[in-house]
Amino acid sequence: MKDFLLIYRADYNTYPDPKKSPEEMQALVQKWMNWVAGIAAQEKLVDRGNRLVKSGKVLKGNGSASDGPYTEIKESIMGYSIIKAMTLDEASKLAEGCPILSYDGSVEVREINAI
Amino acid sequence: MQERELIPHLFRTEYSKIIAVLCNSFDLRHLEIAEDIASETFLKAAEIWGIKGVPENPTAWLYTVAKNKIKDYFKHQSVVERQGKEALKSSDIGTVLDFEFSHQNIADSQLAMIFSVCNPENSGDTQICLALQILCGFSVEEIAGAFLTNPETIKKRLHRGRTTLRSGNFQIKTLSDQEIKGRLESVLKTLYLLFNEGYFSKTNDQSIRRDLCSEAIRLASILTENSLTNTPLVNALLALMYFQSSRFNARVNDKGEAILLEDQDRSLWDQELIERGNYFLVNAYEGREVSKYHLEAAIAYWHTTPTGENKWEHILQLYNQLILIEYSPVTALNRAFAYARVYGWEKGIEEVEKLDLNDNSHYYSLLGYLYAGVDIERAVGFYKQAIALTKSRVEAETLAKEVKRLMERAGQDLS
Repeated sequence: MKDFLLIYRADYNTYPDPKKSPEEMQALVQKWMNWVAGIAAQEKLVDRGNRLVKSGKVLKGNGSASDGPYTEIKESIMGYSIIKAMTLDEASKLAEGCPILSYDGSVEVREINAI
Repeated sequence: MQERELIPHLFRTEYSKIIAVLCNSFDLRHLEIAEDIASETFLKAAEIWGIKGVPENPTAWLYTVAKNKIKDYFKHQSVVERQGKEALKSSDIGTVLDFEFSHQNIADSQLAMIFSVCNPENSGDTQICLALQILCGFSVEEIAGAFLTNPETIKKRLHRGRTTLRSGNFQIKTLSDQEIKGRLESVLKTLYLLFNEGYFSKTNDQSIRRDLCSEAIRLASILTENSLTNTPLVNALLALMYFQSSRFNARVNDKGEAILLEDQDRSLWDQELIERGNYFLVNAYEGREVSKYHLEAAIAYWHTTPTGENKWEHILQLYNQLILIEYSPVTALNRAFAYARVYGWEKGIEEVEKLDLNDNSHYYSLLGYLYAGVDIERAVGFYKQAIALTKSRVEAETLAKEVKRLMERAGQDLS
């Protein structure tokens, strides 16, 4: 088994939809729980991971430090998890049901190359 | 006749108390001495009561005899000491002479004893055996009966466990806040395992199963009665035990076959136990921590409620949280069943098939159950795989009956 990092990306302007009712938000939370727990039920969840706070800073080699990542970009990193699988294909299959996919978001699946 | 029934009963309740109080007055290296004295006390009771009849207060009689015997023991020891052999420190004799079998001392001693016996260095099975013997007064034969194994195996297990206890240097006398915090988790785990050993026991002997469960409840209750150990987790565990116990009369039929929760006769559920469960569950949620005991107790609570709005949604969410805290095949299967209840059999089947628990009989029986309404032939195939894998004869019989029922139904559909 190898570890894989799942990186969740979406547009902050549309996910989570600010116009959503509390019931809809609750339903979204439930979807995430069902999905993550479904991976845990296969004994393939290494770390449930976390969400990221919207604001941050981006440092560059030229000494500049800007506020970012810009929330207007379509593909902000929203959060991450770590799962385990035999192959990249298997890991990608596990990522298939991720709720963020129904919100025009994406999941990047990357094998972790342990140091 | 009367005393013949009285002594086994008293033995169960008083033997472990005497040992706990005696041990609390020395330290755990003297466990065997305490056990010898407790046994001799009961032997004397059997002799004397048989001739003179049972005294007015049998318990007090036992305590007095035990106290005299320990004093004799120490007198004898001090003689040996003067002869230059190794013996107990004189400070021990001092403490021994003024100990009492008061209600408080018994409660404190039993609590201290629980913490000494539940040593995480011992395996789960060994901890259960030790708890049954030292804390519950079970004989080796009774423990072997509960584990469906021979007494020799249990003896070996107990021997190993006792060696660990002796070398652990765990002082039973002072139960400080620190020590309680450090060991409470493994104490709870032992009590949880002890209860489960009874509730999901390999043996079909209902009385042994009930005994194990009620002992686990008794020990957990000792923890809730002391302010140092009355934590939300303990309350959650006790709530779980009460909820589960409430279904004891409904969960197996006359032949010892398990009845699914859904099919149980609810009028057989013990309302009083359910209410106790509710009481401890409310206490459990006073803290902020949510442990696996909280989640399991909450699931058990929902099972006591009538099938209604969102019941299974709640159960599924609790199982989701539980599997994130701790993976186990049982939790994965129960979660998948809850998933099927919420999202329908077909989605449930998908969720179960992902689990890939190919060596687990319950995996196949759950698939059989879910397929029964969709595809009888496959359902029968899965049930047969479950039968081939199960180690329980009763389970195999229950499943075989289900296969027969399905085949008959398939036959009717064809004609």
